[in-house]
Amino acid sequence: MKNNPVPEIEAILQDVTARLKDFRKEKCCLIPILQMIQHRHAHLPHETIKLVADHLGIAPCEVYGVATFYNQFRFHPPGKHPIKVCLGTACHVRGGSIILENFERKLRIKDGETTPDKEFSIERVACVGCCALAPVTVLDDQVHGHMAPSKVEGLILGFEIEKQKQEREKAKDDF
Amino acid sequence: MISEPYDQEAGQAFRSILREAMRRRSAFKEAVLPKIHIGMSTCGIASGALETKNAFETALNECGLSALIHSIGCIGHCYAEPVVIVERPGFPPILYYKVTPGKARMIVKSYLAEGDPLFEHLLGAMEENDLIPSVMDFPRFSRETRVITEKCGRIDPEDIYEYLAEGGYAALAGVLGRNPDHIIREITESGLRGRGGAGFPTGQKWMLARNADAGQKAIICNADEGDPGAYMDRTILESNPYQILEGMAICAYAVGARKGTIYIRAEYPLAVKILRCAVEQARVLGFLGKSILGTSFGLEIDLFEGSGAFVCGEETALIQSIQGDRGMPRHRPPYPAQKGLWNQPTVINNVKTFALVPTILAQGAAWFKSIGTETSPGTAIFSVVGSVVHPGLVEIPTGVTLKALILDICGGIPNKKRFKAVQIGGPSGGCLPEELLATPIDFDSLTEAGAMMGSGGMVVMDEDTCMVDVARYFLDFTQKESCGKCTFCRIGTFHLLRILERITRGEGREGDLEQLEELSIQIKEGSLCGFGKTAPNPVLTSLRYFRKEYEAHIREKRCPSGMCRALTAYYIDLEKCARGCDACVGSCPVEAIFTTEDRKKAVDQSLCVKCGECMVSCPVEYSAVKKVSPPHLAPVILRPVEKEAKKNA
Repeated sequence: MKNNPVPEIEAILQDVTARLKDFRKEKCCLIPILQMIQHRHAHLPHETIKLVADHLGIAPCEVYGVATFYNQFRFHPPGKHPIKVCLGTACHVRGGSIILENFERKLRIKDGETTPDKEFSIERVACVGCCALAPVTVLDDQVHGHMAPSKVEGLILGFEIEKQKQEREKAKDDF
Repeated sequence: MISEPYDQEAGQAFRSILREAMRRRSAFKEAVLPKIHIGMSTCGIASGALETKNAFETALNECGLSALIHSIGCIGHCYAEPVVIVERPGFPPILYYKVTPGKARMIVKSYLAEGDPLFEHLLGAMEENDLIPSVMDFPRFSRETRVITEKCGRIDPEDIYEYLAEGGYAALAGVLGRNPDHIIREITESGLRGRGGAGFPTGQKWMLARNADAGQKAIICNADEGDPGAYMDRTILESNPYQILEGMAICAYAVGARKGTIYIRAEYPLAVKILRCAVEQARVLGFLGKSILGTSFGLEIDLFEGSGAFVCGEETALIQSIQGDRGMPRHRPPYPAQKGLWNQPTVINNVKTFALVPTILAQGAAWFKSIGTETSPGTAIFSVVGSVVHPGLVEIPTGVTLKALILDICGGIPNKKRFKAVQIGGPSGGCLPEELLATPIDFDSLTEAGAMMGSGGMVVMDEDTCMVDVARYFLDFTQKESCGKCTFCRIGTFHLLRILERITRGEGREGDLEQLEELSIQIKEGSLCGFGKTAPNPVLTSLRYFRKEYEAHIREKRCPSGMCRALTAYYIDLEKCARGCDACVGSCPVEAIFTTEDRKKAVDQSLCVKCGECMVSCPVEYSAVKKVSPPHLAPVILRPVEKEAKKNA
């Protein structure tokens, strides 16, 4: 059996509980707290919302109200390689949505989803601020400018080759 | 005009820091080593500046040379990134563009080692000389007037001494001890209007806060740059954060605040990092903290990372967000300058407004007023992107026409395309057509034309851009970003979007345009804040200037620019297609291209996703791939097997 999900969430809860001590029990700390959780665990697990609400003495629905209002927060863990496709004005005009579609087709997931093997997730972002390089995609925090459908294939192929190589080497080591 | 320190002690403290700054600077300047300045802001790094820097280091090692590598901010020439300026003793400083690692090695081996400046790779010299043409020969450089971005790209954004050596903090040192009314009067006289978009007179805002009767006051720098297509605030923050901190300190002194907040987008990690470093350095040298330059005036500045909600650019929503709530605007008055953050009188200014303050005080109101137009004096920064030859940040005096900015300074439209429209002011702005290119750029003229200055995003569109689709794009954005407080904004934008989506899919109906107009006006009237009041602008301006395009979509089911994918089709002209060539086959992501009986290629319309890759990959000498609208104009070619099956049946 692979890693059991229950201890994983417990580790997260423990970590969050420890960190919450650094924050004052005031409503104005809510967004910084949520940012801290997301920064450390890449998403806001539902179990942590109750913790935050208890810490600040507010209702969990209030925490959800704020967390769902802002684009930054997500409730599902992203893939190992998050793909952010920029759909700012300049990228849109230069075919950003075609790039998004290509990623979606190639990985067989929709924007906002994660592949079943947890390798990739796709997210559309409003503007990463590199408009002169449009259309732009951010993959693993690296900005790829002047994207084209053929480049999408190339990028994903690169990851697949890398993964196969690692698997081969691992198999070799196992022998 | 404030050029000399007023407070004796502060003056003394400042002069001793300045001496240290000048000493460091002359040590750097007088070193006989070559100096390599590399632009390391987000767009530079995105274009590969880090690899370039590594390549310089490796190449220098290989050649046994030593040089000083100096990270600088962004000079605004995004088309040329990564940008490198190389100073070699005995030569003028030279600006190289698009410096890939390979080019970096060449510069070291040919220029630094052998003295050949590689004319084919340089953009120009940074100063006039007899040897190399100067960058000032290009309109992109010579027609800019740099006030806000004057020091951007000249200093290391993580070294406060470099800012000081360039004249930084002189205005703050001069302000301390003076009568705050005097400072506000200077700002009022300069005619400075807030650069966040609405253009409210800054001096008036400060006066309101100063006169408010309250124990504690606050100032906020609005760096929540959310317009898709605008990034000048980020560039300033990444290239010269000290100027903003200095402007904020002056503002706090003038209005009597002791606490400042910078509300910055969390999506700008590099800007956040640089800003944190700048705040720390300013605190160490006494430009922030309990006692600034030894005086009784103190200011603490905190960073608040915005979580990505466009509406938080609106000042009352921004305040809600800092207080830990959903960013929903509230009714004004009371204005934040009277009752803002934690009910304290609060001055909220944009990054660019704060960045202008030190220069205005150092050079005087009269000097500032002499730049640009009568009613909107000073300069404006635009991020000009889209279909232009030289995209990037441009700072120009107000009053320059759109035509001069787009066609002359930014080099016009590439690939021999025709100019079609320019979108100004992001989702709140509008699209202006060719006929309005003579419009001067200032707050009032742009508003009159139906657009607005906004934060300064400018997207240039060529003939291949469909205006209906652009309007749909912006409504898609505003519909998602509406905070939901006002019914007209929340539901109205949803319906606008639905109608526009129908039109771009070729399902438009008679009467749609009238309904779009009616809804737009109702949203404008029924919304509380600037977001809802301006959200329909993209629809209204495109209807005003490009109505024919809407009509073509609705009546002929045709997209004149061929951008709406439901209304276009690609096909391969069999007369032009070359036998045996299969360049398009590999490029197609969905394998929609097949070989016909006479070994030419054809597109299977049922599989085609209309990405246009085949058109790009088809060799120019054939140019066989064609795009048509409406789609039924494309000839139907069946796969050989299907043909066979049909025959048999």
